[in-house]
Amino acid sequence: MPAPLLSLHGVTKRYGPVLANDAVDLDVAAGSIHAVLGENGAGKSTLMKLIAGVERPDAGRIEWDGAPVAPSSPAQAQRMGVGIVFQHFALFETLSVVQNVALVIPGRQADLARRIRDTGDRFGLPVNPDAMVHRLSVGERQRVEIIRCLMLDPRLLILDEPTSVLPPQAIPPLFDTLRGMRDRGMALLFISHKLGEIRDLCDTATILRGGRVVDRVDPRDRTPTELAQAMIGRDMPPRVRAVPRMPGTVRLSLEGVTWDNPDPFGTSLSDVSLGVRSGEVVGIAGISGNGQAEMAAILSGEVTLDRADAVTLMGRPAGRTGAADRRRAGLAFVPEDRLGRGAVPDMSLSDNTLLTAHGHGLTWRGFLRHARERAMTSAIIANNDVRTPSAATEAGALSGGNLQKFVMGREIALAPDVLVVAQPTWGVDVAAAAAIRARLIALRDAGCAVLVISEEIEELFEICDRMHVLHHGRLSPSLTTADVTPTDVGRHMIGAA
Amino acid sequence: MTILAFVFAGILAASLPLLLAALGEMVVEKTGLLNLGIEGMMALGAAVGFVAVYLTGSHVLGLAGGALAAALLSLAFAGMVLGARANQVAAGLAVGVLGLGLSALFGASYESFTVSGLPKLAVPALSDLPVLGGLFRQDVLVWAAIPGVVVLWWVLERTKAGLVIRAVGENADAARAIGYDVVLIRAGAVAFGGAMAGLGGAYASTVLTPLWAEGMIAGRGWIALALVVFGTWRTGRVTLGALLFGTLVLGGLAAQAAGARVPSQLLASLPYLVTIVMLCILSAGRRRA
Repeated sequence: MPAPLLSLHGVTKRYGPVLANDAVDLDVAAGSIHAVLGENGAGKSTLMKLIAGVERPDAGRIEWDGAPVAPSSPAQAQRMGVGIVFQHFALFETLSVVQNVALVIPGRQADLARRIRDTGDRFGLPVNPDAMVHRLSVGERQRVEIIRCLMLDPRLLILDEPTSVLPPQAIPPLFDTLRGMRDRGMALLFISHKLGEIRDLCDTATILRGGRVVDRVDPRDRTPTELAQAMIGRDMPPRVRAVPRMPGTVRLSLEGVTWDNPDPFGTSLSDVSLGVRSGEVVGIAGISGNGQAEMAAILSGEVTLDRADAVTLMGRPAGRTGAADRRRAGLAFVPEDRLGRGAVPDMSLSDNTLLTAHGHGLTWRGFLRHARERAMTSAIIANNDVRTPSAATEAGALSGGNLQKFVMGREIALAPDVLVVAQPTWGVDVAAAAAIRARLIALRDAGCAVLVISEEIEELFEICDRMHVLHHGRLSPSLTTADVTPTDVGRHMIGAA
Repeated sequence: MTILAFVFAGILAASLPLLLAALGEMVVEKTGLLNLGIEGMMALGAAVGFVAVYLTGSHVLGLAGGALAAALLSLAFAGMVLGARANQVAAGLAVGVLGLGLSALFGASYESFTVSGLPKLAVPALSDLPVLGGLFRQDVLVWAAIPGVVVLWWVLERTKAGLVIRAVGENADAARAIGYDVVLIRAGAVAFGGAMAGLGGAYASTVLTPLWAEGMIAGRGWIALALVVFGTWRTGRVTLGALLFGTLVLGGLAAQAAGARVPSQLLASLPYLVTIVMLCILSAGRRRA
């Protein structure tokens, strides 16, 4: 075996009382795709930060090309040849795509725009270089970030949960891209908890649990069950299958919604109609950027319409009703953006609970009832296996998957009549994702009308009774899950049905 | 000299201290900080600049000394906010008060002393125009400020340095993640803002009204702060705002000189009233957009 490009020896990092990485050893060879597998909070992200120079280890040493290094800043790691695609993207929303790239890559913007298109074409990552980043969907932002990394020509590329936002048909091309990079001698570090993908793509896997390396395996030799057991240290929770049941009355509907997006880079909706009944889960499939964000904004009340009867909530016209009034009428909403929309990063989890649950007994004549607020937050943390030091921790300090569990748990705890969820299991590991799906089904069985907007087609097949596909702002007819295959849905997703 | 000619002759010079301080603060705010100490930095620049010109007779030394002193003071702010992670509102106010105190200390034995200003450089032919002529007789700093504003605009809008400044202001974590030294960039911006405020102060005390009196900055630092918001963080609009203020201040003086039957306090408060009205109009316009 050739000498590794990167090797870590006994690397340890402590955050207060938490030992995030405990004597981790890791060797990554050039021309290989190395998986780092672990649950939320297992220390994957910390390990990446140490390699990328964002944080410095408390103990242990890092070697690059056989020589000891101590990257003390991201710039230094970048010069060494480390590229990183962040899970929470390092993009600037008020700048355009090409400006975001220009911050990292030298060159004139016109040339960079051309190179962005070229790189996008070559690797199957189409983006509009002139689009403003704040108008892009999560999936599109990830493409920008990957392209920006590739343009630096790194020797080691770290990808933190790269497939979590991609539509199914975009994953094989991305993997082809990654394999191409490997064949050109690049080393890739692939952080994920999607076992199938790791077995498909990676040639080595290091499994982390509780900050420690528990195993080093060739993932192609193991079954997903074996990998999952090594990762979570126990058996996998059973998969829930949605048992069809008789739905009740329509609780949330859109009637012929046509909405012209004022943003030239956004998607307009044309003639979108759907209904979600009590006791059913309806899924919205589709590749991000096809109108999902717009539809979510119209359903949640962030965007109101001129016609009140375009949206019906609990039997009442609600098209002109704002988000707060819709929540009062029984709607709960989990937005795609966890940080910023779903939670306020600088506020404690308790205060984040208050944000949407203030109507549920947490206030008294305008005063806050802190004891109840804390009790409710603690219950959410306990019921959803949120890994956090305490309820007073700032939301922004939680790992992505943990925050997702918290935000989902908070909305479910409101016992809503109607729940609209965008990307319910984004960045969440297998065990936690299964738990979230089980809770969505339990909510449905309790009579709630659930609408799930997701880019993960397998997830939709697992929990939905019916689904629609959104493509270029148009909604497909209702597809009954039991009667269609993922391939049928995939055809709708690319407009070929 | 008619009132109008008086106003035209003085607008640019009266606006310059505000313009310099406001543009400096604009750069600071673009990196995501807020330095509330401008008033003190201007006062310190004014005192140090005046003393230097009085002792050496050199305006170059005076202006440079004023800028340097205020830049050093602003680095105290940067040290507190970026190094010790102090609250920037408190740190800015503290540094501002410190600057006012230091200016009184340095200027104590020079109260009511005068120095000579800078000669006016006239544009041939244009400066002989009736009424407007005064506009074309200005000192070297005013003439230098015109290309200076264009250069600043160009740097902020058209160069990578400007892009980095905006990026740091929008998302410091992301800027750090892609390899920028956020602390260094912000400290640089703060020092630039301090130097600009000090230059504005030194200009006010050694060129505009070449006389030292404690408290002579008289709130111009606060106006500069308002101008940044008023100009919505854009070089051109901040410049227009500074000119508008200069005009209002001079117009008020001219109206008093002409014996207008309006209380002088009302005339003196005109610039602030205009600020309030303009801020309302600007934010209403943004809501519609």
